[in-house]
Amino acid sequence: MDAAALRRSVSRVAVLAALLLVRATSADVLPDDRADLFYSKYSGGGMDITGESFLVRKKITENLVVEANYFVDKVSGASIDVLSQASQIKDTRKQKSGTVEYVHDKTTYSLSYINSVENDYKSNTTSFSLKQDMFGDLTTLTLGYTHTDDGVGENNGGVIAWLGHAQSIGYDVGVSQILTKNLIAGVNVNVITDNGYLANPYRSYRYLDSSNAKGYSLASQIYPDTRTSTAVQTEAKYYLPYRAAITGSYRYFTDTWGIVGNTYELDYTHPIANIWILEGRVRFYKQNSANFYSDLYNFAGQYNFMARDQNLAAGDNTTIGAKVTYAFLPDGWKMFKRATATFDVSRIEYKYTDFRNIKYYGLPQYQPGHEPLYSFNATVYQIYMSMFF
Amino acid sequence: MHSFTAKIFRRCALTAIVIASAAFAADTGGPAPAFTLTALSGGQTALSQYKGQVVLVNFWATWCGPCQQEMPLLDQMYKKYKPAGFTLIGVNVDKEEPAVKELLARKPVSFPVLLDPANQVSKAYHVDEMPSSVIIDRKGDIRYIHRGYRPGDENDYQDRIRQLIRE
Amino acid sequence: METLPRTPLCLVPPLRCAWLAGALLLCAGCSNIQPWVKPYERDRLADPIMAWERDSVSAAYVDHVREVREGARGATGGAGGGCGCN
Repeated sequence: MDAAALRRSVSRVAVLAALLLVRATSADVLPDDRADLFYSKYSGGGMDITGESFLVRKKITENLVVEANYFVDKVSGASIDVLSQASQIKDTRKQKSGTVEYVHDKTTYSLSYINSVENDYKSNTTSFSLKQDMFGDLTTLTLGYTHTDDGVGENNGGVIAWLGHAQSIGYDVGVSQILTKNLIAGVNVNVITDNGYLANPYRSYRYLDSSNAKGYSLASQIYPDTRTSTAVQTEAKYYLPYRAAITGSYRYFTDTWGIVGNTYELDYTHPIANIWILEGRVRFYKQNSANFYSDLYNFAGQYNFMARDQNLAAGDNTTIGAKVTYAFLPDGWKMFKRATATFDVSRIEYKYTDFRNIKYYGLPQYQPGHEPLYSFNATVYQIYMSMFF
Repeated sequence: MHSFTAKIFRRCALTAIVIASAAFAADTGGPAPAFTLTALSGGQTALSQYKGQVVLVNFWATWCGPCQQEMPLLDQMYKKYKPAGFTLIGVNVDKEEPAVKELLARKPVSFPVLLDPANQVSKAYHVDEMPSSVIIDRKGDIRYIHRGYRPGDENDYQDRIRQLIRE
Repeated sequence: METLPRTPLCLVPPLRCAWLAGALLLCAGCSNIQPWVKPYERDRLADPIMAWERDSVSAAYVDHVREVREGARGATGGAGGGCGCN
C-alpha cells in the first residue's frame, strides 16, 4: 500500500464513514453527543502509516445533529511494488468532513461532505442517505447515494504533474431486520461506477526484456477508464444469554474488471459489568486477479490494458484482532455522561498467488516470473478515547 | 412496470393508514384493563385504588433513552397536579429489578413505580411504542394514549390532564 | 487475459431490483403482519453490544485499511436494531 493507493480509496471509504454515521443510530433516537480522539498505526509490507483523528458530534435541536471530523494520515515507506523502482516516500493526507442528520418521525436524513487533500491527490465526496424504520421498528431500510470527484497527480521529485480526474457514483441499499428478541440480521447492497483516471501512477507493470540486466523492464500501467462494482453483504448478530454478542458476516464482491472477492468475518463481544468490553474477531478475504492483471507480460504493450497492482492480484488475507474498551467514567462526571478508552490490535497475513516478490528476488537465482510469491504480515493498532455528553 | 409499482404502493399505504387508525380506535374510549402489580417500594398496588382520580400510566424501561428524558418532567407534573386529584403510575417493563433500583437511586421520582417483568400489563394495554403514556379518566376509561416521547410532549400531557380534571 | 473489461449481466441498476424488492416487502407485510417483538421486549437489542457498530471512526478506519489492500469495496454498512423508542 503506498500513498497513492491509500488515497485512491479514501474518498470511497470516507463515504462509508458517512454512511456509518447513519448506521450508528438506533431506530429514531439520535444517540448521545460525543467527541472522539483517535490514533492508529499500520505497520507492514515496508510501510508505516499513522492516522490521527478528532470527531465531534452534537445535537443542535432534538431532531438535528451535526458531526465534524478531521483526519490526518502520514505515510512513510512504500509498498513492495513501488520500492522496486522508487525511493521511500513520505506523504501527509488531510481530510475534513461534515455531516448533518435530521430526524423526523421514523425517518433519518443524512447529508455529508468530505474533502481530502494531499500534495498529489484531491478528493471531494458528497453523499446523501435516508433511513426509514417500519413494521413496528423491526425493519430498517437505508438508501444512499454518493458522488465523488478526484484529481489524480504524480509527484516527480517535488514537482506535481496532474494526470487526470476520476469520478465515481455509488448507490447503497440496506435492510436490517429484527428477527427475535436476541437476533438481528441485515443485507446491504452497494453498486459503484467509476470513470476517469483509475490507475495508480506510482505502480508499473513489468515485461520480459532480455536487454535489461534484471531480465525485465517496467512501464506505466494502462487501466480501463471505467469500472462498475457490486457488493452484497449479509450479516447477523445474536445475543448470548449470559450477556455477550456474536456476529457473522459474509460479503460477495464482483466487478467489471473480473475481480470476485469473498469476505468472511466472525466477531465476539464480551462485556464485563458496565466497565469493560472485550472483543475478538477473525476475518478471511480471498480474491482472484483482475482480467487485465499480470505479474509479468511478454513484451511492452502486449494488451490494451495492463496492470501489476497488488490490489488487483489474486491472493488472500487472514486477520485476527482483539479490542478492549474500558469505561474510565462509567457513570459520567460533570458534563460527561460516560467516557471510554479503547485499544484495538489486528494482525493481518497477506498471501498472493500471482504476485511475485521482485524487490528481494531476481536473477541470477530466480528467472523473471519464477521469483517467490509475495507474502507479508501487517499489524494495525488503534487507540482512542470517546467522551459522551 | 412503474405504474404497477405505484399501484401497489398506493394500495399498501391505504391499508397501513386503515390499520393505524383502527389501532387507535380500539384502545381509547374503552375501560382501562385492571391490573395489580408489585410496587418497587414493596406491597401490591392495584389500578382500582385510584378510581375517581385522573391517572396517567407511563410504561418505561431503564434501557430506553426517551423514557429517561421524560421522567423528571413526569415527576414535576405529578407533584403539580396531585392535589387536584391526579396520580401518575410508572410501570417498568425491565426483566430484572436491580437495574431499576440502581437507576431510581441515582435519579429518584416521587410517583409510584410498579414492576411488570412478565409484561402482562404491557400486553393488556397493547403497548406498541416505548415509552407509552395512557391517560385514564375518573370513571376508569382510557381517554388518550401517547406513544413515544419528544421534548415538548409534556405540554400535551398537561393539557389533557387539566381537561380531565375539570370534568 | 482479456483486453476489454467484461460487462456484468445485471448492469441495469441492480438497484432498481432492490427498490422493487423493497416495495414488495413493504406491501407483503403491510396488511397482515404484526410486530412479533414488542417494544417492551427490546431490552437485549437495546444493549450497546448489539449495535452494528459502536465507534464510527474506528469502523471507517478499518474499512479504509481493507479497501486499500483489497480489490473489493463497499456494502459494509448496517443500520437499525436498538431500542426502537419513539
